[in-house]
Amino acid sequence: MSTPPDPWANLARLTPARIALGRTGASLPTREVLAFAHAHALARDAVKTPLELEQTLEAIEALGLAAFPVESAAPDRATYLRRPDLGRRLSEVSRGRLAGTVKGACDLAIVVADGLSSTAVHAHAAELVAALQPAIRKAGWRLAPVLVARQARVALGDEVGEALGARLVVVLVGERPGLSSPDSLGAYITLAPRVGRTDAERNCVSNIRPGGLSYVAAAFKIAWLAREALRLGLTGVALKDESDAGGRLQIGPGDPRLPQ
Amino acid sequence: MRYRTTLGGVTWTFATLAEVMAKASPLRSGDMLAGLAAGSATENVAAKMVLAGTPLRAFLDEQLVPYELCDVTRLICDRHDLRAFAPVASLTVGEFRDWLLSEAATTATLASLASGLTPEMAAAVSKLMRSQDLILAASKCRVTTRFRDTIGLPGTMAVRLQPNHPTDDAAGITASILDGLLYGCGDAVIGINPASDSLAVIGDLLRLMDGMIGRFEIPTQSCVLTHVASTLELIERGAPVDLVFQSIAGTQAANASFGVTLAMLGEALDAARSLRRGTVGENVMYFETGQGSALSAGAHHGIDQQTLEARAYGVARAFEPLLVNSVVGFIGPEYLYDGKQIIRAGLEDHFCGKLLGCPLGVDVCYTNHAEADQDDMDTLLTLLATAGVTFVMGVPGADDVMLNYQSTSFHDALYVRELLGLKRAPEFEAWLAGLKITDAQGRLAPARPGHALLQALG
Repeated sequence: MSTPPDPWANLARLTPARIALGRTGASLPTREVLAFAHAHALARDAVKTPLELEQTLEAIEALGLAAFPVESAAPDRATYLRRPDLGRRLSEVSRGRLAGTVKGACDLAIVVADGLSSTAVHAHAAELVAALQPAIRKAGWRLAPVLVARQARVALGDEVGEALGARLVVVLVGERPGLSSPDSLGAYITLAPRVGRTDAERNCVSNIRPGGLSYVAAAFKIAWLAREALRLGLTGVALKDESDAGGRLQIGPGDPRLPQ
Repeated sequence: MRYRTTLGGVTWTFATLAEVMAKASPLRSGDMLAGLAAGSATENVAAKMVLAGTPLRAFLDEQLVPYELCDVTRLICDRHDLRAFAPVASLTVGEFRDWLLSEAATTATLASLASGLTPEMAAAVSKLMRSQDLILAASKCRVTTRFRDTIGLPGTMAVRLQPNHPTDDAAGITASILDGLLYGCGDAVIGINPASDSLAVIGDLLRLMDGMIGRFEIPTQSCVLTHVASTLELIERGAPVDLVFQSIAGTQAANASFGVTLAMLGEALDAARSLRRGTVGENVMYFETGQGSALSAGAHHGIDQQTLEARAYGVARAFEPLLVNSVVGFIGPEYLYDGKQIIRAGLEDHFCGKLLGCPLGVDVCYTNHAEADQDDMDTLLTLLATAGVTFVMGVPGADDVMLNYQSTSFHDALYVRELLGLKRAPEFEAWLAGLKITDAQGRLAPARPGHALLQALG
C-alpha cells in the first residue's frame, strides 16, 4: 500500500526539517522509517570517526599560519564520551609542550577542536580559519599559533588561551552531529580565557556548514563578536549579537558590509 | 552514625543524608562521573533500605545544600508549608511510598500536599519507586495551567510545536509551523529555539508567530527560547512576548552559570504579566531543566543529579509556570548513558515534577552520541503518556535540524492519541475541528489541497 503525499509537500523545499512526510493512519510511512534509520546510522558512525590530525594541521599551515597539535586528558573516544572533565583539560604532555613552545602575549588564539564531530573539522575548520583571516588582518590582532586539539571540549580553550596569554580565545569545535547535519561546526568566543570560565561567559556562533551558516557569514559574526568583546571587555550573556541589527541580513561574498 | 544498616551480616554506613540519597539512586553515568554513585549493587540496595527508614522530617532538619550558600535552598525552606505537610509528617520515606500508592492518595489530597513537600522529599521517595510506581503515582497528580488555552486537564496531553531552523529562516520556520498545525500539534506552545541570540532576529521570530496566531485565531501561545535577559529587553522594546523562557537548575551556582538569578525570574514574571496577553489565564513562564546541568556547571555541591533536578522544580513552581519541560536525553551520555537510564530519568522527573505541583512535560529525546534509538523513545513516550504527562515535543520527523538531536514527532503524538485516546487542550481541539483539520473524534481528517491555512499563506 502506498501513502499519498501531503498536499503541502511543496513547502518541503523551504526547510531541511522533515516536513510533509505523509502518514498511514497515525504512523509514518515505511519509506520514512527507513530513511530515518539510515540517517541515524550515518550520525552514529560519524561520532566514532577519529580526527585526522596531520591533514588538519597541514590544511591550516597551507594558509600561511603556524599550527600546533594538542591533546586533552581523555586518552580515547570511549573515555572522552563519559568524562567531559577530561576533555576540558590538556594532557600533561600537551601542557608541557605548549608551555615550552609559545612565547609572548597575543590578542587572539584559535583552537580547532574535534568535539563530537571530527567530520565537521575535516570539512570546514581550515576554510573557516581562512574566512577569518581578512578580519584578523584588518583589526591588526596578534594571532597565536592555531592549535588543533584531539578529544577536546569547548572549555579546553580556557586552559589553552590562558597558557598562550591570549586576550580572547575562539574555539572552533565539531558540534554534536544531527541526522541532517553530521558535519556542523560551532564557534565559541571567550574573553580573558582561564580555567573555570562558565558557559555564560561565552558567545556562540552555531551551525557553521554550507547548508547552515556559510563560512563568510560565520566569519563576519565571529569577527563582530571578537571586536565588541575586546572593545567592551566582556563576553557571554551580557554581550548581545547585534551584528545584524536593523533587520535580517543576507550576507554573501562581495557584500560591502563584510571585512575586506 | 545515623545512617546505617546491616544486610546479611555486613554493616553499611553512610556519613550524610546526601550520601544516602546519591547511593540509593538507580545507577547513572552522571553520578558515576561525580564520584557519588554506589560502589556496588548491594550498596545501592543498602542505601535504599536506609532511606526507606529515614523520616520525611529529616529533610527539614538536614539541608543537603546549605541554606547560607544557596538561594534555591532558601526558596525551598522559606516557602515550605508545614500545614500542608501535616498529613505525611509522621511518615518515613518508605511509608510515604506506600501512602502514595494507596487509595488515600487521591488527586485532591495530592494537590493539597504539594506545597508541603520539598523537592528532596520527592526525590527521596522516587528512589524507592519502580517504574510502575512512578507511573501510577504521577497519573494521580493533576496540574492545570492557562494562557490562551487550558493545559493539563484529565484525559489530555498537549504538544509543543518546535519548528526550529538552522538559520532562523522565516519561510522555513513557517513551513514547519504549518506542518505541525496540519498534523494537529501546537496546543502547549509554538516554541522556537533560535540559532541566533541577536535581539533583532528574536524580535522577528516573535512577530512572525504573533502574526500567525493572530491571523488564524489559534488558541495557543508563542515563545522564543532565549535567555531571560534578552526577553526582558525585547519586552522593553515592545516585542509581542507571550511566554518568558529560561533554563533553570537546582542550585544557585548552577543558575549563575546560566546567567540567571531568582530575582531576574521574578522580574520576568511581572514584566510578561504586565502585557496581559493571556486570554484564559496568566501562567506566563516556560522553564526547561535536565538532570546533570548542575554537575556540568561544577555546581552540584556533592548532591546526586536526580535530587538536584527535583530542586529545579522547586524553583519553577515559585513562578507559576505554564510549562516545565525536562529535556531528559539532551545533555548526553556522560549524564544519562543509554536508553535505560534516559527512560528511568524521564519517569522520575515527571513524577517528581507533578508531585511538587509543576505542569511537567518531557522532551523524550536522545543525542547521536548516546546509546539510544527510536525504540527507546517509543518506550518512554508510551510510559509517560500512561503516566499523564502534561506535554511532549512535536518536532517534524523527530529530527531537530537546529539543535541536532532527536525528539518526538507530530506522528508520535498522533500515535499516542490513537493508542490511549488522549485529547488536546479543549480550546485547541475545537479550533482544529473548526478548520476541519480533525474530524469529530479528533483524528486527522483526510488532507485536502487548498486548506485555509495553506491558501492564506500561499
